[in-house]
Amino acid sequence: MTSDRQVVLITGARKGIGRFLAERFVRNGALVEGCSRKPPDWSLEGYTHHLADVADEAQVRAMMTSIARRHGRLDIVINNAGVAAMNHSLLTPVTSLDRIFDTNVRGTFLVCREAARLMQRRRFGRIVNLSTIAVPLRLEGEALYAASKSAIETLTRILARELGPLGITVNAVGPTPIETDLIRGVPPEKIQKIVESLAIRRLGRFEDVANVIDFFVRPESDYVTGQVIYLGGVS
Amino acid sequence: MTTLFTIDRGVVVALIIDSLRDLYEQNGVTTDSEPDEGTYLIGRRALLDSLGLVTLIVDLEQKIEEAFGVALTLANERAMSQKNSPFLTVGSLADYICALIDEQRNV
Repeated sequence: MTSDRQVVLITGARKGIGRFLAERFVRNGALVEGCSRKPPDWSLEGYTHHLADVADEAQVRAMMTSIARRHGRLDIVINNAGVAAMNHSLLTPVTSLDRIFDTNVRGTFLVCREAARLMQRRRFGRIVNLSTIAVPLRLEGEALYAASKSAIETLTRILARELGPLGITVNAVGPTPIETDLIRGVPPEKIQKIVESLAIRRLGRFEDVANVIDFFVRPESDYVTGQVIYLGGVS
Repeated sequence: MTTLFTIDRGVVVALIIDSLRDLYEQNGVTTDSEPDEGTYLIGRRALLDSLGLVTLIVDLEQKIEEAFGVALTLANERAMSQKNSPFLTVGSLADYICALIDEQRNV
């Protein structure tokens, strides 16, 4: 069993912002658990990786059981795992819908549910979900991705009410485009157009996302729940 | 021939009462008598509110998994649609849990 070190779970931790957050939480003294469908090509003391698909109920439960057995607690969850597909809706196959909603919606729900079951034992928990500015900007070509993130925002707001009495807060951060694999296939002119529509006209950075997450997970933020904060001045 | 309850029902009752005591304590619920098989979990005679019942179910699922190595979902659609709710009393819940564990083990 763990001492008083915070236990943090980050989904989609193999690369990109998930990896950045995992390394950051470890540096700050937390015990970090992460998951992804494929194994990472890196390792870190204080970090444990689980091969798990967040959309698979049995795999999510097994991961939580492992965390409960080894640490007896879970303080923070960052639901970072997500997939995107940019395409005109008339050209979007239904398999894209299944893939996007399985990971983004089903996965986020399953991780929230199983994490909250563990968190409620100690009447403390911080859950941060990942949304996107594609929701408020209603970006063309991102219908399914944005719809899945809209679902995550609604989940966030309702779970905040259901889990509030158990001492668990649930919030979401909506990043602007960041240089990650998620936007690799998006034409540069489209990214530039999005950037020009922001109040602060630049691409996002991992640190921008981490800054909002830091605020949500602070112990002092126990009166902040059901909120979605967009980066870059989008509202 | 099959045996109705192959697990120790008394252990299940004890788990439920143990969880119930913890919940009463956490929520500052005071009672004149110790919880027993006849203690109501839902309805006007229950001391738990709806969130308390949710917490009890979650807690019991975890305890059952630890005690019997069986992952149960207590609040499934079948339970919610049963005319006589298995969540009515400690005793009815214990019967329900024993039946579910038996069912799962005999699959």
